[in-house]
Amino acid sequence: MKKKFSLLVLLASLMLVLAACGFGGSDDKSDGDKSSGGDNSADKTLNLSIATEPPSLNPQKATDSTSGSIIRNTFEGLTRVDNKGEIQNAAAEEVKVSDDKLTYTFKLRDAKWTNGDPVVAGDFAYAWKWALDPKNASEYASILYPIKGAQVYNEGKGKVEDLGIKVVDDKTLEVTLENPTPYFLELTAFYTYMPVNEKVVKDNKNWFSEAGDKYVTNGPFTLDEWKHNDSITLKKNEDYWDKDNVALSTVNVKMIESSATANREFDSGNLDYLGSPYNVISLDKMNTYKDQGVLKSQPYAAVYEYKLNTTEGPTKNVNIRKALAMSIDREALIKNVLKGSQTPAMADVPVAIAGFENDNNLFEGNNTAEAKKYLEKGLKELGLKDASELKIAISINTDEGHASIAQFIQEGWKKNLRIETTIDNAEWQVYLDKVSALDYQVGRMGWIADYNDAYSFLERYDTAKNGNNDTGWENKEYKDLMTKAVKETDEEKRMEYLKDGQKILMDEMPVIPIYFYSNEYVAKDYVKNMAPDKLGNISLKEVDIEK
Amino acid sequence: MIKFILKRLMYIVAALFVIVTLTFFLMRIAPGSPFASEKSLPPEIEAALQEEYGLDNPWYIQYKDYLVSTAQFDFGESMKYKGRSTNDMIAESFPISLTLGIEAMILAVGLGVLVGVVTALYHNKFPDYLGTTIAVLGISVPSFILAGLLQYFVGLKWQLLPISGWNGFIYSIMPAFAIAVTHMGFIAKLVRSSMLEQNSSEYVKMARAKGLGKWTTVFKHTLRNALLPVVTYLGPLFAGVITGSFIVEQIFAIPGLGKYFVTSITNRDYTVIMGTTVFYSIILLFAVLIVDIIYGFIDPRINLKGGKK
Repeated sequence: MKKKFSLLVLLASLMLVLAACGFGGSDDKSDGDKSSGGDNSADKTLNLSIATEPPSLNPQKATDSTSGSIIRNTFEGLTRVDNKGEIQNAAAEEVKVSDDKLTYTFKLRDAKWTNGDPVVAGDFAYAWKWALDPKNASEYASILYPIKGAQVYNEGKGKVEDLGIKVVDDKTLEVTLENPTPYFLELTAFYTYMPVNEKVVKDNKNWFSEAGDKYVTNGPFTLDEWKHNDSITLKKNEDYWDKDNVALSTVNVKMIESSATANREFDSGNLDYLGSPYNVISLDKMNTYKDQGVLKSQPYAAVYEYKLNTTEGPTKNVNIRKALAMSIDREALIKNVLKGSQTPAMADVPVAIAGFENDNNLFEGNNTAEAKKYLEKGLKELGLKDASELKIAISINTDEGHASIAQFIQEGWKKNLRIETTIDNAEWQVYLDKVSALDYQVGRMGWIADYNDAYSFLERYDTAKNGNNDTGWENKEYKDLMTKAVKETDEEKRMEYLKDGQKILMDEMPVIPIYFYSNEYVAKDYVKNMAPDKLGNISLKEVDIEK
Repeated sequence: MIKFILKRLMYIVAALFVIVTLTFFLMRIAPGSPFASEKSLPPEIEAALQEEYGLDNPWYIQYKDYLVSTAQFDFGESMKYKGRSTNDMIAESFPISLTLGIEAMILAVGLGVLVGVVTALYHNKFPDYLGTTIAVLGISVPSFILAGLLQYFVGLKWQLLPISGWNGFIYSIMPAFAIAVTHMGFIAKLVRSSMLEQNSSEYVKMARAKGLGKWTTVFKHTLRNALLPVVTYLGPLFAGVITGSFIVEQIFAIPGLGKYFVTSITNRDYTVIMGTTVFYSIILLFAVLIVDIIYGFIDPRINLKGGKK
């Protein structure tokens, strides 16, 4: 018996030995020595966090803002958008636009990849063609569709030779567009448009899955270390063409999924910044930071909306749709539920979009009397006597925040219109399928602009078939206006078409805008020049630390 | 003995087959697709994605592929984390969960047995009430509450331990404690009740009558028998804690395996679902086997001839 017990003891001690080796600390210590032992006199380190492991650090495969927040700082496109929202030349030194606004000629500056290769026009062409090749199944390839021939090629019908991408020489890239696209130079700053080193990508299919020699970049920072699910370390790229204007030497990005934990790390001084895309302020801390006077806010080109199924049920009736839209007290919702500085939305294009600052008044947001008139009209058309006969279901994806908003709106519709509403929820992947299959009545959705232009929002409703429409609504006049806007070279006229389109959209109300997002953030006071632009991106190149 | 183990290994293979089959069909039945995203994809691209992961094949081909890949322990590339293989993801995160789990287990067993013995020895006296209260609190306070409280007070207010992360032993103390407390309470209750049972048995009375001291009796005689139910509990507990806890890992931002069990399902990341399920099943089945073998060692009444009577 004693022997057997000693066996148990042996087992236990073995476990202890095992336990001693898995803490992952040794790696880090040597790393700490490196940064503190370095003789860099101005060692400026910024500590950030992101909520999840970035799903992909390949610019052509990324689809989300978390991946984007790393890629935007390790890679550099032809242009870049600074923290004020201004477009700057980046990899391109000079951009020439033809008179018909269809041909863009980019002259590249002398820049280097982190492996020493020069950045050439071919790298851009290769990256774009790679993304558009249907075989590679790039999920964000559609953002390249303004390029001539891109859509047909991506849909498997066209040929790669017909693409409007031409490498004139190593330093010159000529791009022909399908239509005049006034925001094209903003698109070239987007990550799908960023170059990749052709040789590296061809040699290794999974070059982007680990940090190290294979992860070759051309941006202001290099990916120094990537501990999956744990942290990412960015270091200043010493070969970057504009390195004199990069202040930070190191950026540590921890992955912290729980926003409560991230808030505690910020409070204890281990994080320097909190706000999308570098984690978010948890709702319960919003008031605390507000009271301390440290909460800052930027407008965000994004809309939170309730889509309506216009193919069946009570929401098929336009008057019912309008009644629902008009009887939501958006201001109370923002004050009591959201607690941030969001803007009540009475239009679908956010006020943060250039040219649409004064268009947020296309219907009355909280007008019960008017809403009741529409409701009565709608009920008559449906052959119903009383609003209580209407049954409306709100569908949301499972999330505490969406549930609180839905409950607030449910309460409002019951109080103001006496309409009974139910709320059902589903997990995200299931919910997305459900909404696109029109298997819902009222469904919540959010839309964040990829580029600062109203077309990003309005384009979704051009036809019922558009994958982002999800309402079954279409309107010939609206479609014509969108087509005209796309072809128009005169900026003023184009704007008019878009505005007219939005009026039709809000008159027919296939979608109820609820509010325009705002980007709330807090930063330690020694962090300078760090704020999200209207699209929610932060360029770390300009950020500085003054302790 | 060897016959017993071989027989059990065969059962394990059969159980794995059933688990893989069930998981496969449950995944098929569950609505939602791994490629659904907020911005819709052109149908051509979606088709290409399906093809890349073999999801365009009829179900029986996919089922065969899954069986083959499971037999080879190669679960393929994650559908959510591009370019990352499921095997790598498990291989990177498992040692962390293992370390944390073992630490939690040592805490749970050590403290649990201690509290159990003390409460049994001082039956219906103050230490019993105190120990039982601690045990019941440990069982009933959910780990996320405890983790949150620990993080707030010990980490943020008193700045004694790091709030989150995984950079050395000091980072593991709070999460290990948060995982251990529930199990500790459970083990304490188990030990207490079986100690009480043993205390009234004749061999204990005999030992005491011979003049052996209270504690000597406990260590030499009672505890050995009282630990049997604990050993039974240890198998599943071991499999459970070393594969990580979703909640505790989330709160303390630990790059462990636990989160994949939950996030792979919400992402409909089929390859990772299959990988984690098979991995967990193997650990659980072997833990139970090992417990049965250990059982034979510490309790001579049990023989391992494998069901022959």
